[in-house]
This record gives sequence, C-alpha cells and structure tokens, in this order.
Amino acid sequence: MKRIALTAENLCKTYGKDNTKVHALNDVSLTLHAGEIAALLGPSGAGKSTLLTSLGLIQQPDSGKIIIGDETVFDNGYKTNIRAFRRNHIGFVFQKANLLPFLSAVDNVRLAMEINDVSGKAAKERAEELLAKFDLSGRKNFMPKELSGGQQQRVAIARALANTPELLLADEPTAALDSVMGRKVMELLKQVAHEHNTGVLVVTHDHRAIDVFDRIWVMEDGRIKEK
Amino acid sequence: MMNLAFRDIKYNFGRFLLTTAGISLLLMVVMGMGGIYRGLIQEATLIIDRSGADIWVVQRNTKGPFAEVSKLPRQMEYRLEAIDGVDSAEPFVSHTVQRDFQKRVLRLTIQGLPDNGAWLPIIQGRALQNGHYEMLADKSAKLPVGTTLLLGKDTFTVVGITDRMNSPAGDAMVFVSLNDALTIQFDTPAEAIRNERNARLRRFDNSSYGSTSVDHGETLSSESARPAALPEQQISAVLLKVNPAYSVEEIMAKLKTLPDITAYTSQEQRQIMLSGFVARSRKQLLLFRTILITVSTVVMTLILYTLTLDKLHSIAMLKLIGAGNSVIIGMIMQQSLAIGVLAFGIARFFGQWVYPHFPRRVVLVSGDLWLLFGIVIGISILASVAGIIKAMRTNAGEVLS
Repeated sequence: MKRIALTAENLCKTYGKDNTKVHALNDVSLTLHAGEIAALLGPSGAGKSTLLTSLGLIQQPDSGKIIIGDETVFDNGYKTNIRAFRRNHIGFVFQKANLLPFLSAVDNVRLAMEINDVSGKAAKERAEELLAKFDLSGRKNFMPKELSGGQQQRVAIARALANTPELLLADEPTAALDSVMGRKVMELLKQVAHEHNTGVLVVTHDHRAIDVFDRIWVMEDGRIKEK
Repeated sequence: MMNLAFRDIKYNFGRFLLTTAGISLLLMVVMGMGGIYRGLIQEATLIIDRSGADIWVVQRNTKGPFAEVSKLPRQMEYRLEAIDGVDSAEPFVSHTVQRDFQKRVLRLTIQGLPDNGAWLPIIQGRALQNGHYEMLADKSAKLPVGTTLLLGKDTFTVVGITDRMNSPAGDAMVFVSLNDALTIQFDTPAEAIRNERNARLRRFDNSSYGSTSVDHGETLSSESARPAALPEQQISAVLLKVNPAYSVEEIMAKLKTLPDITAYTSQEQRQIMLSGFVARSRKQLLLFRTILITVSTVVMTLILYTLTLDKLHSIAMLKLIGAGNSVIIGMIMQQSLAIGVLAFGIARFFGQWVYPHFPRRVVLVSGDLWLLFGIVIGISILASVAGIIKAMRTNAGEVLS
C-alpha cells in the first residue's frame, strides 16, 4: 500500500465579513500519495491558491486538519513550528522561479540545505548532483539573471528537492514558459514524484500537459468538484 | 553557512560602494570636527606648554596675556628676577598683525623671543643669528626661507620655518627677537613723531624759559617737562622659572603681595584658556558633531531600509524555505555594520590627506577615533533596526505576490 504524503480534511477558509464574505475553502478534503503527481485545476477565484498556501503552511485555514507524512501539522490551529516543518518536509515551486538574485544556481540550491544544517561540503555535492540531474551542470555557477526562464525553473525545482521533501507544491510552474519548455518542466515534476517518492501537487491552467498527471482535481467556489 | 550579506554586497557592489562613500564623507566631517576641537586645545595651550614657564605674571586683575589684554612695564622683568627663588624672568611679547601679501591676506602672530629660538621645531632653515630683522615663520604662513616682509618700518627676512606653531586663534606664528617684537608692536608713524616734536617745540616757545628767572618747580611741572604723549614700550607678561630649591606655591605667595601684578601658575593659565577661549568652540563643535551623527544615523537607516525593501521578495523566499529569523537579521545587520565599518575606514584613510588642507589644525587622537568607531558600530546597529522590523513583518506568502 502506498504511503500517504498529504491528507487534508474539511479545510475551511473565509475572507471578509457579512456581505463581503467569501468562502475560499469550503470543506475541502483530499489525499495525495507519495510518488503521485496531481493537478489542481479551476477558474480564477476558485480557491486553488488559497488551498495551496494552506497546505504549504503559508496561510492558516480557519478550521480543518492537515497531515503531512505522519505528522498532523494543523488541527484547527498549527501543531508544530511551521517554518522548521516547511524546511524539512515541503518543497515549493512557483510561476516565477524566485531564486535569490545574489546567489549562483548552485548556491541557491545549497542554501536550502545549509539552512537545514547540512554542512557546506555535503550541501555543495548534493546541489551539484541535483543540478546535474536537471542538465544544469554547465550552468551551476551562473547567476539567475544569466539563466533562461526554463533553466531558472529547473534550478527552483532542484532547490525544492534539496531537503528531499515529502510534499512538493507547485503554483503555475509553467505559466511563464513556452509550450515546449512548459511540457518539459511538467515531465520533470512527474519524474521527481516517481523517482523521489514525493507527493507533487500542481496548480495549473495549462491543459496541454494534462496527460502528465496521475490525478486531477477541479476546484470551483472553494470546493473540489471533480476528482 | 554561506554569508548572505557578503553575497548580496558582492552582487550590488556599485550601490554598496556609493552608499559607503556617502556615509564616509559624513563620518569624515564628524571625525574632522573632533580633530578641530583637539587642534583648538593644542593651539590654545601650545605656547603655555612650550614656554616651560612655571608662573605667568600679568597686569593686575586681568586674565592675560591670551584671554585678554595685559600690559606690564618693560622693566617688570628685572623686579621679578630679583625675587628670591626666581631663576629667570623673561618678558613675553605677542601680538597679531594682518598684512596684504602677494595678493593674499596674511595674519601673523608675532612672538618676541628672548633667545635665538633654537628650541622651536625648525624644519627648514636655521634659528635666529642676528639681533634684528630676522624671523622664523610657521609653515602655515606659507612664507619660504628668504622671503622678505615689511613689518613696522623694518624689513624682516625669513631664515627658518617652524612646524605646527600656531597661535590660540589659529594664526601662523612668526618669531623675532624680543626688541624687534616690541618695535613692531609700538611702531609709531613718522607723521605722529613729527606732530609730537612740533607740539613739544610749541610748548617750549610758549614757555617763559630764558626770559625770566628759572623757577625750577614750575619748569618741572610744565607741559614740556611731562613725558611724551606717545606710548612707552610695554610687554604682555613676564614668564618666571622657579628655582628647584623653591616650590611654585612659595613664589606665588610672594607674588601675591605685589599690588600691581597678578600671577598664574602654568596650570592655571592653561585652565583660563580651556575654560574661556576653547569652551565655547567646544560646545559648538560638539553640537555640530551630534547633528552630523544624527544625520548619519538617519541616512544609514534610510539606506538600510531601502536596501531591505529591495530584498523583501528574497526575504519572503528565505522564510518560505525555512530560514530562521537569525539568518535574516544577520544578513541585514552585517550589511549595516559593513557599511559603517568600511565608511569609517575610508573616512580615516582619506582624512589624513584632506585634514592638513583645513585652515585650522586637525589633530586626530586615537581615543577619540576609538570612541567614534564605537559610535559608528552603535549607529550601524541602530540603523538596521527599521529594516529588520520590516523584514520580520514580511510574510513568506509574499513570494506569491
């Protein structure tokens, strides 16, 4: 039986008050297994980003429960040091690569590990290994501004995997890329899910690469309508 | 762990350098003001310290000769030298002149020397050799050896250059023989002498001398018998050296019995200068320094805050990947300290080339520099606070914005 990477139970999140009240998450529940890549689709304002940031412990839901791996991290309130938990268990990839502009590609990846108390030499070796895996060995010492959009996104994925997270959350990772590069990145994420046994949840509008996903969820009005 | 502050500085090196250069200019002014204050003290007490006198005798009830005018009769030195326990008594003559010289205004403090001035810090030329018409000039007067200058009715030739000999007012000092100094000070225009001579002749013509029998009593009390209206030569002070067998207090006690003079020990004379002449300048400079340090702090705070604002996205990303607050605080504070310390270093380095061109002497004392360095560290930490508060309030979710 496959290990469960993420479980969300009855998540609710409301913005505003009285007449302006919006239910961004309305009793959302889902389960994502390790080694599985899932897509979260839906129109703008459906609550995709709220769900992603809630699962990523960036934004606190009003109620519900989140279990990542074996640990209950949210149960009507945070149950752990969220920053330390994020560091060890969750990786993020965004529409923009969000690399630190003053660090080279290899140092961007290395930093994620050094923050997690991995020693300098070990961190450097693993960072180089990850970059090599994503065909970036020749670009490892380049600054972000010297890399193309696709290369930057691959560095961001390498950074997200640096601490071998159980869960990888991606928010529109191909939105800034052309179709060819977009597909490559999606396939890369699938490869990551399968090879690293990581649960990968991707918020996307890009239907061109829909065949890459093991599971697809569609959100509308704060609910998961279709699975 | 890699040093993020250093990496960011390296990445934005041009901006960092410009910022640091700007702060260093402010610090250079702060440093210079401290140096000017020390220079004021040094110049104010230079002659007191260099003279080697134990006691300064001045006009009764005055705080001369520097803080106010003091006049003593020329022969006072002989009276004082006769006091038991006084090793030597030397007249002190000092006055300031202003001349137009080679299209520039030349302010000189003329100091009468009882000797040839060989004890002065002569860096070029020689000490005085002749009793008249030679002078030693401080290098700040910019009068090279061989320069001739008309003072009074006589032309003086510069025979030697001294180093860092300025009056309490900051004017360059020139040293001439004591008699020459008195001649320059009491120089009377030829016209005034002729007028006085004619007045005497008129008084004589109008008198009854030769036409009546001599009334010695009347003659002695007549106008022509009175001293000339022109001033007699006076000195500013008399400098006493006390015989080692006597204490300064003993001689001071004797001098207090003399009704026409006031005496100060060198320490008292120093105190008169520091509490009166220098105190106001000190307060003014202190106020300027405080304002400049405040301005430096505000400028540094603004710069650090702006630098932090530019990095907010990176800071949010750091939070998102789990960096602790210490990593973020460390990055901002290290950059602030780097700016402060480097700016101090630049100010110190370039200051040594700039300060000698200041019109007043700038003396950098290591104690003052260490104190300023401590203040710079303090304001660097203080300046980073606003940036740190902003960074701490930044949410990891801002990466998405």
